[in-house]
Amino acid sequence: MKTFKTLIIIFHLLFFNNLYANENSERNEITKNLRCLICQGQSVYDSDSDFANSMKILVDKKLNEGLSDKEIYSYFKEKYGDWILYDPGLNKNTYLLWLLPILIFLFGGAIIVKSFIFKK
Amino acid sequence: MKQKLVPYSIIVIFFVIFVVFYKSLEDTNIYTPEVKINNDIPIFSAERLLSNETLDSKEIFQLDKFYILNIWSSWCAPCRDEHSILMDLSKSNKFIVIGMNYKDNKKNAKSFLDELGNPYEKIIIDKNGTKSIEWGAFGVPETFIIYNNKIIKKYIGPLNQELFLEIQNLTK
Amino acid sequence: MIYSVVGHYSLILGLCIGLILVYFSIQNFRNFNQLDNKILSFSFLQLFFVVVSFLALVISFIISDFSNETVFNNSHTTKPLFYKISGTWGNHEGSLLLWLLVLTLFIFIFLLRTKNQPIKYKILTLVFQQVIIIGFFLFLILTSNPFNYLFPVPNEGLGLNPILQDPALAIHPPILYLGYVGSSIIFSSALAATTLKMVSTNWAIHIKKWVLISWIFLTLGILLGSIWAYYELGWGGFWFWDPVENVSLMPWLALTTLLHCILVLERKETLTSWVIILSIATFTLSMCGTFLVRSGILNSVHTFANDPERGLFILIFLFTLIFLSLLIFFVFHKPSQNNQANFFWLSKETSILINNWFMMYFLSVVLIGTVYPIFLDVISSQKISVGPPFYHKLIIPFLIPFLLMMAIGPKLKWIKSDLKDKIYLFSLLVISVLISFFIVKNFNANVLVNTILISAALYLFFITLRDFFIKKYKNLAQNIAHFGFSLLILSILFNNLFSSEIITNLKVGETYNGSKTKIVFESINQKKQKNYNSIIANFSITNSEGINNNLSPELRIYNQPKITTSEADIKTTLMKDKFIVINLVQNQDYFNVRYQVKPFMLWIWLSVMIISLGGLISLLKKRT
Repeated sequence: MKTFKTLIIIFHLLFFNNLYANENSERNEITKNLRCLICQGQSVYDSDSDFANSMKILVDKKLNEGLSDKEIYSYFKEKYGDWILYDPGLNKNTYLLWLLPILIFLFGGAIIVKSFIFKK
Repeated sequence: MKQKLVPYSIIVIFFVIFVVFYKSLEDTNIYTPEVKINNDIPIFSAERLLSNETLDSKEIFQLDKFYILNIWSSWCAPCRDEHSILMDLSKSNKFIVIGMNYKDNKKNAKSFLDELGNPYEKIIIDKNGTKSIEWGAFGVPETFIIYNNKIIKKYIGPLNQELFLEIQNLTK
Repeated sequence: MIYSVVGHYSLILGLCIGLILVYFSIQNFRNFNQLDNKILSFSFLQLFFVVVSFLALVISFIISDFSNETVFNNSHTTKPLFYKISGTWGNHEGSLLLWLLVLTLFIFIFLLRTKNQPIKYKILTLVFQQVIIIGFFLFLILTSNPFNYLFPVPNEGLGLNPILQDPALAIHPPILYLGYVGSSIIFSSALAATTLKMVSTNWAIHIKKWVLISWIFLTLGILLGSIWAYYELGWGGFWFWDPVENVSLMPWLALTTLLHCILVLERKETLTSWVIILSIATFTLSMCGTFLVRSGILNSVHTFANDPERGLFILIFLFTLIFLSLLIFFVFHKPSQNNQANFFWLSKETSILINNWFMMYFLSVVLIGTVYPIFLDVISSQKISVGPPFYHKLIIPFLIPFLLMMAIGPKLKWIKSDLKDKIYLFSLLVISVLISFFIVKNFNANVLVNTILISAALYLFFITLRDFFIKKYKNLAQNIAHFGFSLLILSILFNNLFSSEIITNLKVGETYNGSKTKIVFESINQKKQKNYNSIIANFSITNSEGINNNLSPELRIYNQPKITTSEADIKTTLMKDKFIVINLVQNQDYFNVRYQVKPFMLWIWLSVMIISLGGLISLLKKRT
């Protein structure tokens, strides 16, 4: 029964190899990370506004010039500020942002372990 | 005593959060990118609207004068509103007004100018909007004041009487 | 006009009844014999006035009574009837009236249906709930009156945003509020139970159905919001970690954790502190969400009114509730001394504790991500954005152990366990890893993370499936809910890995020839509808296997307000969605065309429904 189910799943998945014809994937990755400045809460990738479309063309141009994605991000950060990037990165403004959840996780773990040790 | 520490510190934390939220209410959340002053202008080349020439940014901004770069389109309503201010600015010999026609159609752009007047010494074309982004703009209309190949001021949105006076004061 | 007057005074009367309720309850707290019926009647009266007020607003919308400022701002004579009605709650004032409706409804039903609990407890729950209700009455009447009078009366309204004219979005608020606001009862009764020192197994059994009801509606409400985003917003996504989405997810995380703790508390006297804190937290997060969304401090696609004055009211109200709850918790709650791990480390209690740990971590990630930019802005005037990359990086790695625990946890016995079926468990794990590796390798995706993540989800999938067939109806609710969750993760993962997209510019009559797909832009139809002009583009799309689909996305040009929206055409089948959307390009005679193939979309929706089904089964099950 189990093996049968497994085989069905694999069989179906094999049908999907006609799918991912994804040229442009690097440009897509970059534009997903850029905020559309005239929209309220959409990425450049998702938006079809004028600004977003111009940004897409510009990102393509920069990629063709050979810039890496980090360089492209700096380029836009320099023009528009940190706000344009959806990935807050790790800099002096964002240490707390990334660390706080991790600290909470470790703290939670410590409490649980402690409650077992105390029993003894 | 130690038992009291936890409740008190939690209450303090919430109090701090309250204060932060309270202060944030006073702030507007409409974000405009920091106007980076004293940045060099971007280097680019562009086709002219009224002729078939292609110009270099060096050629456009070469004189020792104040330049006003205005990004506009025929389909943009606020651009109509500010047009008369640009006409006034172009009459002053302290400024040279350059136009950047954004995502427009040549015919429509020309009729716009025929109808409202042409304040621009030169007009370059930004067909796909990428040149405006090089300038750090994100919409129309936006206006830049340039001197010595540096951006000294940027205005987002249409110009009005108040800003007109401000621009005039810049040259004093 | 008469309706507005009726509605307005009904609100005021409702407030008066609310105040009377509090007065009676406190006055007669010690001598409560006569109180039961009186309280029930008065709470019904309070509900009645709110219903009248709500109906008055609905009627004002239906008849397009533009002397009412809210109707004027949010409606238009040409809007279809269904959307006139749903426009009632599609705005700030109306949605608050909906809040009040659910608040008063739930306390009434609570008083009606709670039979085997001490009267003091019922009264105290009522008092706490009334604090919330009166707060909302005041908020409405003082700052957000839905019945403001406009003179001279305009002939036409300003219209509702056409994006909001959609069936899923029309019922999304009521369903979501039943969840969100429903958690107010849990809040009030938890505070009452804490004060009376009766947080115990008995109480847990009683409150569990309220937790389940609230949870089911909240789950479905969030689902509807995502479905709406997918069908309406035109970018083929369904979750963007937008602040307003996060704000509905946070109470859900707290509520789910609470549900699991209640499941423990209903059997043994433990985790009481968790239960109380989570009860407080769920409703607090709902209120906090209301604050963030309506005060204007968050920037998002969904924000309502940008009014700092209202924000201030909610802020003070919210923190009053928080401080009140903290006070009660610290003064009245004494965690039982035996609370400390009187169970073995390998036991069901532990796995629930670990569940709590992970869920609180996920909650903190969402909370911090949403709220941090506000803090940073206030403290150092720096503006940053926190978007999907942040949430993905912090959540996905932790999903892996979480999924594994979900598979193994339910198998552990209470108090102490040794794992039976070790062989099965292990071999299923191996099979999951192999399948996952095969999938990932074949499709060239980012190998390591995806393999492990898919394995973990597949593992949960197989275990829950096996349990369903082998154990039949034992623990059916939990089985189904966890199965649904595994299906959800798998669907999202596969959707992510195997989606593809083509973006191109086409004129009518042109064809796009890609390596695996051919898109022919056949024709355009233009039509005039009641409140918009429509341009329908007809496409014929052929994929590499020769299968042909006809899709017709639409552009709608509305007259009031002047907006153009893009309506995607989506062909949904069991295994994948074909999604196409067009956009006008400024000043050109061609259209921008976006065609996506998205596998497993339907399964994403279905799996969330399966999760809710688990909740429903638990609700309906008779306690043995």
